[in-house]
Amino acid sequence: MTSLDKSTDVATLGHGDAPLLEVDDLYVEFHTRDGIAKAINGVSFHLEAGETLAVLGESGSGKSVTAQAIMGILDMPPAVVPRGAVRYAGRDLLTMSPKERRKIRGPEISMIFQDALSALNPVFPVGWQIAEMFRVHKGMNRRDAQAEAIRLMERVQIPAAKDRVRSYPHQFSGGMRQRIMIAMAIALNPRILIADEPTTALDVTVQAQIMALLQEIQEESGMGLILITHDLGVVADVADRIAVMYAGRIVESADVLPLYADPAHPYTEGLLASIPQLEQKGKELYAIKGLPPSLLRMPDGCKFNPRCSRAQDICRTDDPELREVVPGRWSRCHFAEEVLGD
Amino acid sequence: MTDFSHHEPGASGAAAESGVPLGSLSTGPVEPDGGAAAPARSPGAEAWRELRRKPMFWISATVIFVFLLMAVWPSLFTDIGPRDAVLADRWAKPSAEHWFGRDLQGYDLYTRCIYGARASILVGLLTATLTALVGGFLGLIAGYMGGITDTLLSRLAEVFFAIPLLLGAIIFLFSFSQPNDGFFKTVMSIVLILVILGWPSVFRLMRSSVLQVKPNDYVQAARALGGSPLRIAFRHILPNAIGPVIVVSTINLGVYIASEAALSFLGIGLQDPTVSWGQMIDEGSEQIRNAPHTLLFPAGFLSAAVLGFIMLGDTIRDAFDPKSR
Repeated sequence: MTSLDKSTDVATLGHGDAPLLEVDDLYVEFHTRDGIAKAINGVSFHLEAGETLAVLGESGSGKSVTAQAIMGILDMPPAVVPRGAVRYAGRDLLTMSPKERRKIRGPEISMIFQDALSALNPVFPVGWQIAEMFRVHKGMNRRDAQAEAIRLMERVQIPAAKDRVRSYPHQFSGGMRQRIMIAMAIALNPRILIADEPTTALDVTVQAQIMALLQEIQEESGMGLILITHDLGVVADVADRIAVMYAGRIVESADVLPLYADPAHPYTEGLLASIPQLEQKGKELYAIKGLPPSLLRMPDGCKFNPRCSRAQDICRTDDPELREVVPGRWSRCHFAEEVLGD
Repeated sequence: MTDFSHHEPGASGAAAESGVPLGSLSTGPVEPDGGAAAPARSPGAEAWRELRRKPMFWISATVIFVFLLMAVWPSLFTDIGPRDAVLADRWAKPSAEHWFGRDLQGYDLYTRCIYGARASILVGLLTATLTALVGGFLGLIAGYMGGITDTLLSRLAEVFFAIPLLLGAIIFLFSFSQPNDGFFKTVMSIVLILVILGWPSVFRLMRSSVLQVKPNDYVQAARALGGSPLRIAFRHILPNAIGPVIVVSTINLGVYIASEAALSFLGIGLQDPTVSWGQMIDEGSEQIRNAPHTLLFPAGFLSAAVLGFIMLGDTIRDAFDPKSR
């Protein structure tokens, strides 16, 4: 069985107080022909060992770019990080040399992607790809690495792993492929796993299985999990905290249950209201009006004001700060207390 | 006759597709042989496992093997020397004794066809290998690095691409080769000019193939899981991008053999006393009414060799594509 306990040696890194991962005032811009697209505008959050943080947002809200910035796999250019820091156990990843970062990617911070079919190399058997992790990072020989690959495939509950180890990605079902992707990502017992929409390409029953697997692995290993998703349903059972992103910034951040029970930002409120409910049968579904703003031309004031039903004059001129409304609840809204009260 | 006017031999996708319809000879489902936890095979080994089961592979491989044998060891096929002439019997028709008949000089045509293989195969193999190496390597670098490296390499390729193959080769060979150069020197100068003028087509193919592969999630994933740039380029991008290059190079091999024949036909490639198919076609074409067999037999050998390589290229492409399994 895998001994996935790395949580014990957190202190040995010598930064006892530093959170496992800390994103501090991060900005990411894409310099395009049409101008500068501000994909991320001052995102800050932290993650502790054993914790699950859900980053929630619609397409283009900057959640995947955040993940790529943490991993250091943004294509630069066109991407530029003008400000901010990403600290892993106290060390800033953004100022590290490419070589140092490569040692972090995989063994320390790892990532799984949305579509496992395209995230697995089509010309290599899956076992080879899992084994590559051990060969590259640990210098294992082929046979040992292969044995490790089989062990990991069993760990992620792939039936007949010994026979399947030589199959190619396209010979697996979607759920099985995602399991293999997970096996690759957890191969070296990372302390942080970033899951970028891990279940979006899967059907609902398989989604639940994959989430259960991720949760199980997390409990066993004590790793920190960042779950990037646009699906409120996926998040509810799994996450400890949620950060809701809109237009490249966090608009609300809170523990899961309070946030679901009583959102403190109109955007979160709108998202929750647009979940179909059984008792709503026959009635029209709620939808947030309008579209997210273009990253090239942000509105003045609050970035959500053109779509917000509560927008006042102040919202069109003054950009609200992310502030703690009640302990543990952060919102980027002038009227957060009102929203929370409703 | 072979089309000599091709400047970009077989580089278009259509040319690669228009070959023999080998794709239809797909094999059965994947068999999970045994439950033993043997190490995963490399892609090359997997492709070989696929190839072994295809009759078309064995047919083309046999044809190529026979030609290779002719090139290396011509006396295995015939007792007569390539310069044993019986002038009285010139233009003799094919007979039981002399299967292909005799040519203008009274040489035994069958023997000459056998001896002609060496020059053609050598030129074809060397040129195809070198263009694939040079063009493939530069294409990988240009596609992967992008930016200024890509721009410079692409412009350089375009400069060479703009020179018509045959015209360039004629000028080069006229200026740099002497009629009394030895066999290897002439072959090498032909190979050199074909590589100089031929690498851009492989370069372009490789570059576009790399550009297609590069944005894939698995390249991102390889980065996210800690792969070094060198490893990503050679382990993750190259195997996914090399398919078209292998196919086109194998097809080009045939085209280069034809180009050598064309140059010899024009009298600036291999010269007497070296025997080559192009030269024989040249001689034979002058007597096409009188003695058509002097044209048809060397042309047939040339076609068979070219076809053999094109067929091999096609089966290799299928074998390297896991989705066709």
